[in-house]
Amino acid sequence: MLAKRIVPCLDVRDGKVVKGVQFRDHEIVGDIVPLAARYALEGADELVFYDITASAHDRVVDKSWVSRVAEQIDIPFCVAGGIKTIEQAREKLAFGADKISINSPALTDPSLISRLQDEFGRQCIVVGIDSYYDKASNSYKVKQFTGDEAATKDTQWFTQDWVEEVQQRGCGEIVLNVMNQDGVRGGYDITQLSLIRALSDVPLIASGGAGEMVHFKQVFEQANVDAALAASVFHKGIIDINDLKQYLHNEAIPVRL
Amino acid sequence: MSVNANDITVIIDTGCANLSSVKYAFERLNANVVVTAEHAQIKAATRVVLPGVGTAGAAMDALNNRDLVTVIKSLTQPILGVCLGMQMLSALSKEHGGRAQSNVECLNVIPTQITALNSQGLPLPHMGWNQIQVGNHPLFKGIANGSYVYFVHSFKAPISQYTLAQCEYGETFSAAIGNGNFFGVQFHPEKSAQIGAQILQNFLNMGTSQ
Repeated sequence: MLAKRIVPCLDVRDGKVVKGVQFRDHEIVGDIVPLAARYALEGADELVFYDITASAHDRVVDKSWVSRVAEQIDIPFCVAGGIKTIEQAREKLAFGADKISINSPALTDPSLISRLQDEFGRQCIVVGIDSYYDKASNSYKVKQFTGDEAATKDTQWFTQDWVEEVQQRGCGEIVLNVMNQDGVRGGYDITQLSLIRALSDVPLIASGGAGEMVHFKQVFEQANVDAALAASVFHKGIIDINDLKQYLHNEAIPVRL
Repeated sequence: MSVNANDITVIIDTGCANLSSVKYAFERLNANVVVTAEHAQIKAATRVVLPGVGTAGAAMDALNNRDLVTVIKSLTQPILGVCLGMQMLSALSKEHGGRAQSNVECLNVIPTQITALNSQGLPLPHMGWNQIQVGNHPLFKGIANGSYVYFVHSFKAPISQYTLAQCEYGETFSAAIGNGNFFGVQFHPEKSAQIGAQILQNFLNMGTSQ
C-alpha cells in the first residue's frame, strides 16, 4: 500500500536552514546537510528545500549544496526557489534533485509549468501554492513572493482556479501552503485542504500549521492528502519523526517504518 | 566489499537528469563507477546501469543519438534499468506526449509492453513509498516482502512471465522485470534508503567471478 509521506521542509536562506513565524522574522535553525541527514535517518520520507530569498530577490538557489545533499542523502528531495527557466531546472536536477518546485515564477508566467513538463516529464515538476483565507471575499486566494515580507503581494487568483490551472499545465504534484496557520502550530487547514484534494488528480502535500502528532493523523484521515509537510515542529524537536511514524502506524495510517 | 579496480560499474550517460543520484548511490557502496556513453567502455564494464527520467520518446532519442541501441542489445553482462531505464528495456512504450506522438519502440530485450498505469482514480503520478512483493531473483536477495521503495511513474510494465517483483497502486504491476542478463526496476533504488542500497549491493554482487 502506498505510504503517507512525512516531509520535513527546510527553508534555506544564505546557505542555512531558517524558520520564521507567519513567514517573518527568520531565525537560523542549522546547517543544511547535517539536518537533512538527521531527518533521513529518523525516517523522513522526502525532503523539501525552499530557498526563500531566491524568488523575492531575483536570485537563483545556490546549487552547491544541492549536490552535497544528493551525495549523502538516500531519500528523494525537492528543490525550490527562483527557478524560472528550463536551464535552471536542468541544473538542479543534474545536481541530484529529484524534483523542482516552482511557485512565484509560475504565477508570473504560467507557461513555465508546461515547458518544464515537456522537457523533464511531469513527475519532477511540483507547484507550490501559498494560499490564504480572504475574509473580505470569503474565499481562498493565492499570494506571491512570500519569501520576503516586503515583496509579498496578492494575486488575482482564487486558489481553486490556480489549482486547476497548474494541473492542466502539467504539474506532477502540488504543495498547498496555507498561510493563515503557518508557524502557529494550530493544525492543518482541513477544510481548505479537503476542498483542494477534491480538485487534485495529482499528489497533494499539505503544508502549514502542524503542531502536534494528532494534526498529521487528522490531515491524512480527513483531508486524504498524500503527504504532510512541516518544519518548525521537526527543527525544534517538538515532534520526533520516528515517534510520529510509530504513532501514525498505531493509528492505522499506512506509513513506512 | 573491497574495491577491485577491474570491477567497473558503468552508468550509461543518456544525458538524463538523475544520473548523478544513481552515481552517488553506488559510490555510497564504495563501487567503482564510471558515467560514460563510450561504446568500448560500456562493452568492457563488469555491469551496466541504464538510468532514465523523463519521457519514453526523449529517452529513446537520447539512446539513438548516441548510437547506443545496438551496443546495449549486444551486452552479455548484467544490465540494470532504473525507472524509465527499465521501461526502455521493453519492446514498446505506449507513453505519448513529450516528443512522442505515437508508440515508442524500445530496446526489446525484455519482450513486454509499457502501458499507462490504471490507478482507479488514485492520484497520478504514482509517487511515494510503496510495498513490493519479490520473487527469488538475486537482485532481491535479503529483501523482505512488504518492503517499501520509492516510486515515481505513470506508466508501467504489466504483470507477465518477466515480472521479478510486483507492486499495487490501483492495479497490480511489475515493480521489476527481467530476461536473462537484462533486468530493471520501476522504482528508484538510489532513493529508497537502506532497502534500495541493499538492492544496489545485490546488483554489485552480480557479474563478479566469485
